[in-house]
Amino acid sequence: MDRVPIQRIGRTLVVSIQIDLQDDTVEQLQEDLAEQIIATRATGVIIDITAVEIVDSFIGRMLSAVASMSRLFGAETILVGMRPAVAITLVELGLSLPGVRTAMNAEKGLRLLDGRT
Amino acid sequence: MDELPIKVSDDIVRVRQQVRSAAVASGLSLVDQTKIITAASEIARNALIYGGGGSARIEESASPAGRPGIRIIFTDQGPGIPDVNLALTDGWSSGNGLGLGLSGARRLVDEFDLATEAGAGTRVVVAKWSR
Repeated sequence: MDRVPIQRIGRTLVVSIQIDLQDDTVEQLQEDLAEQIIATRATGVIIDITAVEIVDSFIGRMLSAVASMSRLFGAETILVGMRPAVAITLVELGLSLPGVRTAMNAEKGLRLLDGRT
Repeated sequence: MDELPIKVSDDIVRVRQQVRSAAVASGLSLVDQTKIITAASEIARNALIYGGGGSARIEESASPAGRPGIRIIFTDQGPGIPDVNLALTDGWSSGNGLGLGLSGARRLVDEFDLATEAGAGTRVVVAKWSR
C-alpha cells in the first residue's frame, strides 16, 4: 500500500495526493493526519487534489471525515485543486462534501487559513 | 477484453485504470471519462464489499444511434440484493457508506441494468457513449 506524505509548513499541514487512491491508503491518511495534527499542533490542513482523477463516494466520505476530525483537534481543512470534471461528477453522484471548505488552489487555500486569525 | 478480478481493494484501482484506458480509446470526453470511471469504482466496490468479490469485463461498444463508447459488465456470486428498488434509493445503505453507490452510479452513465437474485449474485451493466 502506498502512503500519502504529509508536509508541515508553519502551523499548516499540506497533503498533496499524487497517486491513484486505494481505499486502504485513504484510511491510513486519515490516521496519519490525526497523529500529525496533534504532534505538530497544526491549525490548518490543506489537501491538494490537483492530481486526483476521480473522487467516488468512498473517497468523498473520507475527505469529509478528515475535515470533521481535524475540526475536533482545532484545525481547519481546506480542499484545493479539484478538477472541473471531478466537481461535475461529484455533484451528479449526489455528493456535496459537507463540512469541507474548498479553494481553487493551494495559494488561495493558505490565504483562507491566514485570514481566520 | 479479459475478465478483471475484483477480489481485494487493490483491484478497484486496477478496474478504474482499465476503464480509463478504454474510455480514452473510445473517444469519451474528459467529463464522461471521469463519470464512467467513478461509476465503475462505485460498482466494483459494491461487488467487493457486498458481493464478496466478483469480476468486471470492459467492452468497446456503440449506442443504438451508433455513437462509440464503452460497456462494463460487473458480476459477483454474492447473496444478491433483496430489494433492488431500495438499493437504488439515494441515502439507503446496508453498509457504512453514504448510500450513493448504486443510485449515484446510475446517474453517471447512459445505460444501467441491474439483475440480481437472492443467493445467486448480482450483475450490473453500465455504458457510456460519446456525444
